Amino acid sequence: MAYSEKVIEHYENPRNVGSMDQEDESVGTGLVGAPACGDVMRLQIRVNDAGVIEDAKFKTFGCGSAIASSSLATEWIKGKTIDEAATIQNSQIAEELSLPPVKIHCSVLAEDAIKSAIEDFKKKRAAKQALNQ
Amino acid sequence: MFTDMTADPVDSARVAGLKFPIYMDNHATTPVDPRVLAAMLPYFTETFGNAASRTHAYGWSAEAAVDDARDTIAQLIGAESGKEIVFTSGATESDNLAIKGVAEYYKAKGNHIITTTIEHKAVLDSCKRLEKDGFTVTYVNVGPDGLVNPKDIEAAITDKTILVSVMLANNEVGTIQPIAEIGKLTRARGIIFHTDAVQGLGKTPFDVRAMNVDLASLTAHKIYGPKGVGALYVRRSKPRVRLSAQMDGGGHERGNRSGTLNVPGIVGFAKACKILLEEGVEEANRIRALRDRLHQKITKELDAVVLNGSADHRLPGNLNISFSFVEGEGLMMAIKDVAVSSGSACTSASLEPSYVLRSMGLEEDMAHSSIRFGLGRFNTEQEVDYVAALVVAKVQRLRDMSPLYEMHKAGIDLKSIQWAAH
Repeated sequence: MAYSEKVIEHYENPRNVGSMDQEDESVGTGLVGAPACGDVMRLQIRVNDAGVIEDAKFKTFGCGSAIASSSLATEWIKGKTIDEAATIQNSQIAEELSLPPVKIHCSVLAEDAIKSAIEDFKKKRAAKQALNQ
Repeated sequence: MFTDMTADPVDSARVAGLKFPIYMDNHATTPVDPRVLAAMLPYFTETFGNAASRTHAYGWSAEAAVDDARDTIAQLIGAESGKEIVFTSGATESDNLAIKGVAEYYKAKGNHIITTTIEHKAVLDSCKRLEKDGFTVTYVNVGPDGLVNPKDIEAAITDKTILVSVMLANNEVGTIQPIAEIGKLTRARGIIFHTDAVQGLGKTPFDVRAMNVDLASLTAHKIYGPKGVGALYVRRSKPRVRLSAQMDGGGHERGNRSGTLNVPGIVGFAKACKILLEEGVEEANRIRALRDRLHQKITKELDAVVLNGSADHRLPGNLNISFSFVEGEGLMMAIKDVAVSSGSACTSASLEPSYVLRSMGLEEDMAHSSIRFGLGRFNTEQEVDYVAALVVAKVQRLRDMSPLYEMHKAGIDLKSIQWAAH
């Protein structure tokens, strides 16, 4: 399969590869996909008190398009508020990377990973607020 | 200024003048050996006759070349006579002709066929077609080592069984099947035995008489011959095997396969067989040593690398390995300097991982992580060393990027996690 230049660029030079401390209360972690399906994405965000994503990291098990989709996702959400980040659609990722139809699921997974990380962060924040009350 | 050329395997290889991408997909096809091409060329422009033309010298010389070719091919597989070779367009046609031809001819005798779950699609889909026509097919599974147990074949035999079809060697994991043992079983019961011998031809001992094989599918392009030419061995005595032709026309090939013969292709096919008769054993040893070198160099540097399929009953050039925690297509993209293939779903239109690996009971994630290296005649030690270094470097890079590898290293059992299938 021929990959688009942008997929290759992200695959060769992935942005924001890494890990954050999952236990840190300012960190939200999304783990989506399944090894049996051939792709797993873990996307992590560090959110400040203003609700802005200060940093994002990912690790992905998957094909070039999956790696590129997650790399792009981290790039896009950095500096956004969690509400803004939650509006990112898989179609935007697919369009930016010129993903062919068989690779659309990679962009779906990236959107899921963003939403899942935000959800995890919100859950932690809610639990913390409940404790403080 | 001196730089350390060994630091980056890519750079040092470019300096050394390797040709990229390095071809290690010899199960898919092989380049035509220059000696084969040289043998073929006169048959395009000078000896171009139709082998079926009986009225002039052009036809006679084409026919003589074809008959010589039959004898050479018969010799390579231990057949009694060149008359037992039916030329086809390739192994897919040979498989179709063997299975459908036998089923149609012998349907009054029985309607049961036995094959295995790891056969080539040409065999499996021919069987599926026959199921729609009222035949019953038993698909015998293989063990975790990718080998068929002859006892399972024996257990599947009924008084309605007319045909057993088991491949000589598997195209994905290179496992060499116990053809002689299965041949004993079928011969004792008067059941016709077909083998798709495409991958094993000239690479592992194969003798249709010693192994009691009745039908064998062969092709030229896996043995450094041209594409578009193959053959079906059809036993003529003890027992004489009959087929219903699947192609109607001029009644060529003793009525088994109509169509003007591809004379240059057939001459090339025979030349490829001749080379294997002379050099096959030595070549297998050389390729096996290269394959083992590649395997050892990779496993020396990387953990969690699993060989798929039996180590002992295996084609010399086959190395099918799963790199745990790394996805096959992602890895192939990283090692694009090497032409290989993967059992990963992402490489197929169906998005299903390899049915051969699944039949062996491999977990789906391991099937997704598999890469098939197929070494052949023209690979060199230098290429192997380059590929090993490249694979090691890229697997390490992708594992650094893999959440699964990180979890594995942290001692988390990946099976304990509730994954959301998608």
